Amino acid sequence: MSVFADEPHPGLPLPILPGHVSAGRFERVLRAGHFAVTTELAPPDSADPEEVYARARLFDGAVDAINATDGSGANCHMSSVAVCALLTRIGYSPVLQISCRDRNRIAIQGEILGGAAMGVCNLLCLSGDGVQAGDHPQAKPVFDLDSTTLLATAKRLRDEARFESGRPLTSPPRLFLGGAANPFADPLDWQPWRLAQKIAAGAQFIQTQYCYDVPRLKTFLTRAEDLGLLEKVFILVGVGPLASAKSAEWIRKAVPGVHIPDAIIRRLAGAEKPKAEGRKLCVEIMQEVATLKGVHGVHLMAYKQEDAVVDMVASSGVLKGRTPWSPARSQTLIEGTSP
Amino acid sequence: MYALRLWSTRNARLLERVYDAFESALVASHPVLKAIGYQRLEKPVAAVEKLVKGALFDCQMCGACALSRTGMTCPMNCPKQLRNGPCGGVRDGGFCEVKPDMRCVWAEAYQGSLQMAKGTAIRDPGEPVDRRLQGSSSWLRVVKQRGDAKDSAAQGESAK
Ligand code: SF4
Repeated sequence: MSVFADEPHPGLPLPILPGHVSAGRFERVLRAGHFAVTTELAPPDSADPEEVYARARLFDGAVDAINATDGSGANCHMSSVAVCALLTRIGYSPVLQISCRDRNRIAIQGEILGGAAMGVCNLLCLSGDGVQAGDHPQAKPVFDLDSTTLLATAKRLRDEARFESGRPLTSPPRLFLGGAANPFADPLDWQPWRLAQKIAAGAQFIQTQYCYDVPRLKTFLTRAEDLGLLEKVFILVGVGPLASAKSAEWIRKAVPGVHIPDAIIRRLAGAEKPKAEGRKLCVEIMQEVATLKGVHGVHLMAYKQEDAVVDMVASSGVLKGRTPWSPARSQTLIEGTSP
Repeated sequence: MYALRLWSTRNARLLERVYDAFESALVASHPVLKAIGYQRLEKPVAAVEKLVKGALFDCQMCGACALSRTGMTCPMNCPKQLRNGPCGGVRDGGFCEVKPDMRCVWAEAYQGSLQMAKGTAIRDPGEPVDRRLQGSSSWLRVVKQRGDAKDSAAQGESAK
C-alpha cells in the first residue's frame, strides 16, 4: 500500500507522521519498510508545463518519487524547482535536486524555502557536474558550497529554522534530505567514510551512481555496515538500461564517474537485440540489489528510454505487487471506486 | 607547481610534523606578535605564506587553510573547490573529471591523509568557506585564535 487513508486532495501535503520530517509520500514509503522505486525526469528545453506533465506520466504507477535534475551534465534546461512545483500541483512526489555549480548560498537557501513552499518534500544535495561538460562551458562555475555543506545548510534550515547567517525563519522547510554516493569510483576505500560524512551532515536517503558492478556495491555495503551506517540511511541504488555496447563504451569514456565492467560490454556486444538485452540486464541488477542488506530501493535513470520504466519495474517484481501513487489512481480513490 | 604539489602529498607525514612544530613556535611567539600588532603583520606574513605554500601546495590563499585535514593537499585546486571529499566524477585511476590530466585533488588528499598522524581528520565535515578571507594569512588567523584562547584561559585562571 502506498496510497494512505489520510491522503488529502492531490497537491496538498500529507499529515506529518510521528518520527517523520516531511509531509511527503516518499519518506512514508521508505519508513513503512517498502522497497521504493524512484526515477529521473529530464526537464524540457521549453517553457511549456505540459511537456513536464507528459514526461512525468510515463512513470505513472511505477515510481514513488521523481527526481527533477538540476542542469544535469551542466546543460541548460527548465529549472528543477520549477519542474517540482509543477509536479506537486497534481500530487506527484518530486525530489528537488540542487547542485552547487550554479548558485551561491544566498540563492540556494532561498530556493530551498521556495521549493518547500511549493510543496516539495524531498531534496537531493549534489556537487554538480563541472561546466566543461555541458553546453555552456564559458559559464562561471560557482561552487560556493559543496554537497556536504549544502546538506548541513538544508538541515540547519529545517531543524534549527535559521539561515547560515543565523537569521531565524518563521517557518522551516520540512524536507526529507538526500545525498549522492558513488561506491564505484576512486578512492574506493574512502567512499564508505564519505557516506558517513554525508549522513552526519544530514543525509537521510542516498541515491547512488549507476550500478553495473554489484560486487563493488556489496563491498561498499559491507564496509558501511561495519561503520554502523545501514540503520541510519535509506540507500537507493542507481540503475539504468544501456542501449548498446557502443553507447556503453561512450558512457564509460565520456561520463566521468560511471564504472562499467568489460563483462557488461561484452554481453551487450554479443546480444542479438542489444537494447532489449540492456533492459534485461538492468532488470537483473534491480532484482539482485533488491536482495542486499541496506538497500531500500532503486533509482532508475532511464535516459532516453523513459518509456521503458513501467515495463522494467513490472518485470523486475521489486515492488512485490505494490502500485505506487499516480494521479489517475488517486482519482479513482477519491471518487470511491476501488483502484 | 604541480610536481612539487604531488611531492608534498607523498610526504604528508613529514610536512605535518614541520607544520605542527611551526605552528607551536608561532603560537609561542603570540605575545610578541600581539605587541607588533597582527594588523600590521598581515600584509608581509600573507606575502611569505603565499610564496611558501604557493610553491609547496599550489596554495590559492583561501584564508581558511584546511591542509591539516586534507592530507596536505590544497582543496582549492579542485576545479569545484570542494572542501569535503571528491565529487562523483572521479575518473578510473583517480584522475579529475574536469581536468583529465590532473590527479583528482581528493584522491591525492586521501593518499596523503593515510600517512598522517592525524589523518583521520579528513573524515570530519568542514565548514563552508568564508569568502571574505580570500588572500589573507591563514597562519596569522590560526595563531591569533589560539593565542587569544590561551590568553583568555590564563585570565580565567587568575580571576579565580
Ligand atoms: S575529480 Fe576530484 S579534483 Fe576533479 S572536480 Fe571532482 S573532486 Fe575535484
